[in-house]
Amino acid sequence: MSVIERETTAAQNAWRGFKPGKWMKEVNTANFIDTNIKPYEGNESFLQGATANTKALWEIVSDLSKKEREAGGVLDVDVNTPSTITSHAPGFLDKDKEQIVGVQGSEPFQRTIRPNGGVRMVITACKAYGFDLPPEIVDLYTNVRKTHNQGVFDAYTADMRNARHTGIITGLPDAYGRGRIIGDYRRVALYGVDFLIKQKQEELKDMEVDVMDVDVIRLREELSEQIRALGELKQLGEMYGFDISRPANNAKEAFQWLYFGYLAAVKEQDGAAMSLGRVSSFLDAYIERDLAEGAMTEEQAQELVDHFVMKLRIVKFLRTPEYNELYSGDPTWVTESIGGMSVNGTTKVTKNSFRFLHTLYNLGPAPEPNLTVLWSDKLPEGFKKYCAKVSIETSSIQYENDDLMRPIYGDDYGIACCVSAMRIGKQMQFFGARANLAKCLLYAINGGKDERYGTQVAPEYPAVTSEYLDYEEVMKRFVPMMEWLSKLYVNTLNVIHYMHDRYAYERIEMALHDRDILRTMACGIAGLSVVADSLSAIKYAKVKPIRNENGIAVDFEIEGEFPCYGNNDDRVDSIATNLVETFMGMIRKQKTYRDALPTQSILTITSNVVYGKKTGTTPDGRKAGEPFAPGANPMHGRDKKGALASLSSVAKLPYEHSLDGISNTFSIVPKALGKEPEIRKNNLVAMMDGYFGSSAHHLNVNVFDRQQLLDAMEHPENYPQLTIRVSGYAVNFIKLTREQQLDVVNRTFHQGM
Amino acid sequence: MIKGHIHSLETFGTVDGPGIRFVLFMQGCLLKCQYCHNPDTWNLEGGKDMTLEEVLAEIEPYINYYRTSGGGLTVSGGEATLQAHFVAELFRAVKERWNLHTTLDTNGYNDGDKIKDLLDVTDLVLLDLKHINNEKHIKLTGKPNDRMLAMAHWLSDHNRPMWIRHVLVPGINTDEEDLLGLGRFIGGLNAVEKFEILPYHQMGIYKWEALKWTYPLEGVPSPTPEEVTRAYRLIEQGMKEVAADKTVAGLTS
Repeated sequence: MSVIERETTAAQNAWRGFKPGKWMKEVNTANFIDTNIKPYEGNESFLQGATANTKALWEIVSDLSKKEREAGGVLDVDVNTPSTITSHAPGFLDKDKEQIVGVQGSEPFQRTIRPNGGVRMVITACKAYGFDLPPEIVDLYTNVRKTHNQGVFDAYTADMRNARHTGIITGLPDAYGRGRIIGDYRRVALYGVDFLIKQKQEELKDMEVDVMDVDVIRLREELSEQIRALGELKQLGEMYGFDISRPANNAKEAFQWLYFGYLAAVKEQDGAAMSLGRVSSFLDAYIERDLAEGAMTEEQAQELVDHFVMKLRIVKFLRTPEYNELYSGDPTWVTESIGGMSVNGTTKVTKNSFRFLHTLYNLGPAPEPNLTVLWSDKLPEGFKKYCAKVSIETSSIQYENDDLMRPIYGDDYGIACCVSAMRIGKQMQFFGARANLAKCLLYAINGGKDERYGTQVAPEYPAVTSEYLDYEEVMKRFVPMMEWLSKLYVNTLNVIHYMHDRYAYERIEMALHDRDILRTMACGIAGLSVVADSLSAIKYAKVKPIRNENGIAVDFEIEGEFPCYGNNDDRVDSIATNLVETFMGMIRKQKTYRDALPTQSILTITSNVVYGKKTGTTPDGRKAGEPFAPGANPMHGRDKKGALASLSSVAKLPYEHSLDGISNTFSIVPKALGKEPEIRKNNLVAMMDGYFGSSAHHLNVNVFDRQQLLDAMEHPENYPQLTIRVSGYAVNFIKLTREQQLDVVNRTFHQGM
Repeated sequence: MIKGHIHSLETFGTVDGPGIRFVLFMQGCLLKCQYCHNPDTWNLEGGKDMTLEEVLAEIEPYINYYRTSGGGLTVSGGEATLQAHFVAELFRAVKERWNLHTTLDTNGYNDGDKIKDLLDVTDLVLLDLKHINNEKHIKLTGKPNDRMLAMAHWLSDHNRPMWIRHVLVPGINTDEEDLLGLGRFIGGLNAVEKFEILPYHQMGIYKWEALKWTYPLEGVPSPTPEEVTRAYRLIEQGMKEVAADKTVAGLTS
C-alpha cells in the first residue's frame, strides 16, 4: 500500500459514520460541525455523576492544590529546562485511572520556565517562590538568545517608558507572553497532524512568489516554524504512546488528540490568556457516534469530559507577584465557549454543552476552564434554565451575547481571555492591555503633569486654571490629551507585537490557524465609569479643584448632586457612550503593526485595583488610590435604582466601537433573585434575555452573600473551591490578594429592598 | 398635575409579587413598626415629588423584563394607600399602556370602600398582618389591628386575590396562641393565594442609626429555621381548623 492509500484508509475509518462535506477535502472544522452537529433541546436529566476514578483523581488534584497553597502558591518549578513542546518527560496524576493524559511539566503541578518572553520575569518569579534560576540559563537568555522583553526595551522611546512608569498605560505584554490566541485544536482530532503538515507545506509552496519582501519573508519563516512545531506535536503524542499523525478514531482519541494540541500550546507559550476555543459541541459528534455504535455509555462520556476538564484546571504558569497583582488568582483563561446558535438558525447546544457545565458539580466549582455561554434569545429553554441553575449554585459561568457577535464573527468564533471574540483558526489579536482614561483626564486638568509624581509625562498643554472646573474648558483640554494618549498607546503596542512575533512567536498555535488571518490590535480603556461620573460632576454639579504648591489638582470639592453612570440616566450614560466612541475613533487613526484592525475593550480584569492605586483623586469624588470599577461596571454604590437600571446603562455602550468586548460583572444575593429555586432560575433567565436583548455584550453572574465572602477571608481553609466571577473570568476567591478580596466585597451587591 | 411623594425605586424586585417587578416605594406611613427596615419612609413630608409621567418614564425601559418574567409593577412603601389616588392613576396608566400586572403592598391600615378605586385596578394585594392580638399589635405598631382585619375581610368579600405576609419576630409574635389565632383568621378568608412568613432581619438597623433613633428591637435575633417551621405549622394548623369547620358546616347545611 502506498502512503497516500494508507492515509486515505485511515481517514475513511476515522471518519466513518460522519456526514460528508467540504471538510473532507480541506481543513474546515466549521463545516464539519455544521454537517455533523446534533442539537439537543432537552434538559439536564440525562447527566451522570462522577465515577470512582474521577473522584480518586480529583482527590489527588485537591491534595496537590492544598499543598501548593501551603507552599505559598507554587509547589515546584523545573528551573533547568526551558519548556518546549517536547522538553519534558510524560507526567501523570494516576496513569491507571486517567482517561486523558498529559501535563505541562514532567509531573502535575510542576511549573516550567519560558524565558523567550523575558528572562528577568523568570528570575523574579523563581526568586519570589524560593527557587533559583541557574546562571547558565540566565546567561543563555541574556547574552546568547535574545528575548521579547529585551527587544521591546531596545525600541521603546522615552515617552513610552514614562507612560509605563506612571501607569497611564499599564499591563502591557512587554515582559510576558501576549496570549489571547486560540489555536483550532479541533483540527488535530479531525485530521491528524500529517494532514495539517501537508496543508502547511502547500501554503509554504504557494509563497514562492516573485518579490521577496518583508511580509513574504516573514510569512515563509513563520510557516516553516509552524511545520516544525507540528512535527514536535506528533512527537509529544509519541512520548505519551499515541500516534496522532492520523485522525482520531473515537471519542476518547478525539479528546486526547485535541488536548495534545492544546497541551503543546501551553508547553510552548505562557500567554496571559491561553484560551481553548469552542470544542464541546465538536467533541459531541464523536461521543454521539460512539454512543450509537454501542462503544460508550453516558457515564463514560461524562468521565471523558471530567478528566479532560480536570487537565484544563491544572494548567499553570510561573508568574511574578507583580503580575498576580494585576491579574489576580493565578488565572490561565482556558476559555471554552459553549452554546450559541448557527447562522442557519439551529442551536449549537449539544449534550456535551451540558456535560461541560456539569463538571462544576462532578468536580466542584472552579475558575478554570473559563466557561463562557454564548447566549441567544433562541437558545433552547432547557439549556437556558440549566445555565441559570449552574450560575446560581456555582457562580462559575460568564455569558456573552451570541446574537450580537454572530453577525460579525459568523458562528464558529470563540472567546479569547474574557470578552474577545475571534473566528477560530482565522483570526488572532495583538493583545494591548489598556490605557488609563481617568489618569488622562487628570493630565488634561494638570497640563500633562502626572498627579502623583509631579513630572511632565504628556505634552505641556495648558492646564485648567479656573476656580471651578468648566465642562467646556475641561473637554477642550481632554480631547487633545486623549489624542496624545491614543497615539502613544498604539505606537507602544506596535513595538511590543513586532518584537513578540520576532522573539516569542506562537508556533503551534499559529500552525492551527489558516495562513491568511485577520489580526486585530486590541486596545482597551480603564476607568470608564470614573471619567463618565467625573465629567458628569463637572457638568451638573460644581467641582472645585484643590491644587498643591505646584499647581497640580490633588483633590476636588464637589457641591451639589450629579447623575451617576449606572442609573440608566442618559445625561451621564451619553457621556460614557461618547467616550467609548471618541477614543475608538482616535485609535482608528493610528497606523498599526501588520495592518492589524484596531479594536478596543472595556475590560480591566482585576487590574482595576492596580489602576486605582496608580491614579490620584478624581473629580467624581473617588479618592486617590481607590480602585476603579472593573470593566464597564458603574462605580460601586453609585447605581441606586437596582439591577436593571445598572444593566441598562452598561448595555448602552456601543459594541461596534468596542469590538474587543465590554465586560460587566454582576453580583446578587440569592434571595434577591426570588424566594424559590425554580423562581430564581426563571428570573435570572428573564433578566439575561432582557439584558442581551438590549444589545449588551457580556455579563459575569455571581450569586452569593457578602457575608460568605467575609467568612472566606477569615477562614480560607473552609472554602478551597469558592469561585467568583470578576471582570471576564473566574477566580478562586481565596487566591486573591487581600486588596482584591476587599474590592470584590465592596462592590455593589444587588439585594433588592 | 398629580404628584406622588416617592421614597425610592427598585428596577429588579423579585420578592414582592410574582416575576421580576418594578417596585416603587412611596414616602410616608402611619404605623411605627418596631421591626421596620425602612423607617426613613415614615415621614409624611419627606421624599421626592414625582409626576405620574416621571414615574412612568422610570418604568418604561424595563417593561420587557417585567412582561417576559410574568412580573409587573409593585407599589410599596411607606404605606402606598396613603397616596391611593396617585397609585390608582399609576396602576391605570401601566395597564392601559403596557398591560402590566399590578401589585399593592399594604399594611391594610385603610378602608376598602374608600380606596375601592385603587383596588379595582390592583391585580394582587400583598397584605401584611403584623399581629393578631390587638394589644400586642398596638405595642408593635402603635395602632390597633381592627382596620387591617377589616381590610382583609373586605378583600375576601370582594374576592380580590391576596398574599398574606407576616413578619415573624422572636418573642414578639411567636406565642403559640397568636400563631394559631392568625391561622384561624386567615383560614376564614377567601381569595388568599399565598401565605408567607418573612423572617425578621436586622438589615434595617443602620437606617435607625442614621436617623439617630433608638432601635426598639435591639438584641432581638432573627428566627431560626426551626422557629420559622414551627410558625408555619401552627398557622397552617389554625387554618385547617377553620377549613374543617367550614366543611362540617357545609355538610350539615
